[in-house]
Amino acid sequence: MIVQDFPLWPQQASTFAPQMDALFIFMCVVCGSVSIVVFLLIFFLAAKYRRRPDNQLAQEQEPPKILEAAWIIIPFFIFMGMFVWGAWMFFQLNRVPDNALDIYATGKQWMWKFQHPSGQREINTLHVPVGRPVRITMASEDVIHSLYFPAFRTKADVLPNRYKTMWFQATKTGQYHIFCAEYCGTLHSGMIGWVDVMEPTDYQKWLAGGTEGSLASQGEKVFQKYACNTCHTNDSTGRGPVLAGAYGSNVMLDDDTIVRFDENYIRESILNPQAKVVKGFARPSIMPTFQGQVNEEDLLKLLAYVQSLDAKQPAAKPVELPSSFQASSGAGKTPKGQETPPKGQTP
Amino acid sequence: MSSLTLHDVRFIEPEKTRNYLNDDYGAFSWLLTRDHKRIAILYLMSVTVMFMLGGFFAVMMRIELLTPEGDMVTSDTYNKFFTLHGVIMVFFFLIPVIPAVLGNFLLPIMIGAKDLAFPRLNLLSWYLYIIAAALGLFMMISGGVDTGWTFYTPFSTQYSNTHVFATLFAAFIAGFSSILTGLNFIVTIHRMRAPGLTWYRLPLFIWSLYATSLVQLLATPILAITLTMLMVERVLKVGIFDPALGGDPLLLQHMFWFYSHPAVYIMILPAMGVASEVIAAFTRKKIFGYKFVAYSSLAIAFLGFLVWAHHLFVSGISIYSAMIFSFLSYFVAVPSAIKVFNWTATLYKGSVSWQTPMLYIMGFIGLFTIGGVTGLFLAAIGLDVHVTDTYFVVAHFHYVMVGGVVMAYLAGIHYWWPKITGRMYPEWWARLAALLVFVGFNLTFFPQFVLGYLGMPRRYHAYAPEFQVLNVMSTAGASVLAVGYALPLGYLLWSLWFGRKAGVNPWGAVGLEWTTSSPPPKENFHETPVVTWDAYDYPAMLKAMGETQNV
Repeated sequence: MIVQDFPLWPQQASTFAPQMDALFIFMCVVCGSVSIVVFLLIFFLAAKYRRRPDNQLAQEQEPPKILEAAWIIIPFFIFMGMFVWGAWMFFQLNRVPDNALDIYATGKQWMWKFQHPSGQREINTLHVPVGRPVRITMASEDVIHSLYFPAFRTKADVLPNRYKTMWFQATKTGQYHIFCAEYCGTLHSGMIGWVDVMEPTDYQKWLAGGTEGSLASQGEKVFQKYACNTCHTNDSTGRGPVLAGAYGSNVMLDDDTIVRFDENYIRESILNPQAKVVKGFARPSIMPTFQGQVNEEDLLKLLAYVQSLDAKQPAAKPVELPSSFQASSGAGKTPKGQETPPKGQTP
Repeated sequence: MSSLTLHDVRFIEPEKTRNYLNDDYGAFSWLLTRDHKRIAILYLMSVTVMFMLGGFFAVMMRIELLTPEGDMVTSDTYNKFFTLHGVIMVFFFLIPVIPAVLGNFLLPIMIGAKDLAFPRLNLLSWYLYIIAAALGLFMMISGGVDTGWTFYTPFSTQYSNTHVFATLFAAFIAGFSSILTGLNFIVTIHRMRAPGLTWYRLPLFIWSLYATSLVQLLATPILAITLTMLMVERVLKVGIFDPALGGDPLLLQHMFWFYSHPAVYIMILPAMGVASEVIAAFTRKKIFGYKFVAYSSLAIAFLGFLVWAHHLFVSGISIYSAMIFSFLSYFVAVPSAIKVFNWTATLYKGSVSWQTPMLYIMGFIGLFTIGGVTGLFLAAIGLDVHVTDTYFVVAHFHYVMVGGVVMAYLAGIHYWWPKITGRMYPEWWARLAALLVFVGFNLTFFPQFVLGYLGMPRRYHAYAPEFQVLNVMSTAGASVLAVGYALPLGYLLWSLWFGRKAGVNPWGAVGLEWTTSSPPPKENFHETPVVTWDAYDYPAMLKAMGETQNV
């Protein structure tokens, strides 16, 4: 029974997988052959020049000194090749395509929570469409976790104090492991789940299964709940900076430094408004801190909301889905919670 | 002028029979000793106990991992097992083992000195180690700790409710033991070399201990600071690393690895030094490229300080920092490669013996090479994203730490055992043990490379069923390895009473330690030696010893 299920190579289910495996095989071939040459040399030399009479001395002869230069310079260039290929791979892992589908993830002891832009939430299971880049923006509610998809060959640590993003594009439908790769306490090895890669049409059906409104529109409710809209108005008359169109732009701070208005800036400005104040606004900022009041899931909703605002149309607008999904994305339908229960080990 | 043959040199018998072991008797003559050789024996006994303790936790983990379900112990217990295994093996075995046992015993003898520069400080460093170990034992008995030996925050400061403080404090104290040893060695090597023993005549073991001591002296205070900050945050709730208190958890990772990466070199550099000594002695040949090997130790010590963030590639550092640290990590591989190639070249036209220490060192070169080249996999940032925090990393550092450091330590213990005890160990048993260790080690850890690439994360109490076959192989290998480690314990003890008398120089090796009696007298040499030959220079040494014999 054991022998039936004994893989020696991980499943390839993302665009990264063949690239990563090519790099890995290259490393195995280069490092493996050098190691084998070293082993054989040691064995061969030790056998050929083995001590015969007990008092035998070594012959006073040495290999040519030029060898020193050879084994400094040649490995160095091989190492540089490895460095360049590794760095290239790293760029692939970090360069998120523009048309990526946004999914938000929260790690907490000991479960993974995922939120889809159209509002679905699930625990320890993640549904994604095949053939489309997916970007995951994530944070932790407690300790450091690490979201790991072995079949996609990617992982990223999930931190309690900032957003991190990772992306992948699945290439094969099926169910693949999700692991927590950073030790996080008692049930670290139970903080696992399945990523369910579906055909786009099936994903669309799944999305239509019911929602509480798009993530951005949920974010708008949170925005109103905390009365953010009393200061962050749609025009420059408000007491706070205008948020519409700000996401992704560069803003000038009151100390004349320029920062990017990205997810970590939004997060920091909610939790610690004094840290970076936009030029032209009073310091200390009149904005109170929301540290300890807004939980990670609401923060992600707020983030989705702010990301959804653009300059021309400041009102809440669902995060765009590709045209094929628009028809049944379910935005604005009757809220009906859908939370997939944890699945356990068997798919 | 008559020249001695190697045979003459090997069977010189000492005139006097008093030595450091029978010079004085009683418990206090040991507990209050200032003799570096006796302190080395104290360390030998303490690190052996700690190795057995750390090994016990490893065995428990391997038994638990026989099945995919976590069915033998609870998750909390398993988490304590791997934490205690790591804490004990790193802080109480690997870091002190070669410097404090072999270094302590041999450094003064190899440079022709009567003792270390600060004998009392040396004794103090052993007492600090014992206090730290006692605190560690107290922590274990009272419930253990579950943070992992890396103490990542905020888990270690806010979420873990085990004995984190006691563990941090124990590691803190053990760190001072390490600093004092490093300081003592540096001063001794600078100030107490025998007449004629210039830097380039020093045995390579001394060069490697010198490089190690520099790292101990410069990096360990960072550990002390880091652990203090952890203790302050945990007890006084001062926000340093915990974001809930306004801290940054990544700061801990930077500070921790700023010590703990150089600490890897505290472990492996002395092992490389042992390898150089053993290869020279068992080929009866100068190490090829002596200066390259000597300076590569210093280069590793220096570059080792510049690569810490390669532990953080997926933790949240920028792409550009990741690139810089990847680049620098490849630099540190160059001096390690230099050593491996020079050792191999030394065998050429040597008089290669296949006695036990050499067997261990041949194994060491092979396993260290695998450990080293898999480090190249991890330094390739893109590849690291997939394999970091998996069993690939576990296998990689066990190849370096166990395949490298422990193999070299066993080689060194066998090589210098006749000098330390005056007795020979039984050669055939020792060869059998060396073979078992090599086979058992590979069977234990090679499958873990495959497990890692398959995606099994480390520190998992329960795992997916498809990983079981490889885990069973690994556990099977661990039982062979355990037998391999248990054998020397038996036959080395046996040899204390029943071993053949060793004589001054049973191997026909060169070096000052082989010119004094076995075991050495309390003051190491009856007359201060004068060195007129380079390290490992067989013809010159034979000639010089012939001249002194004729006087």
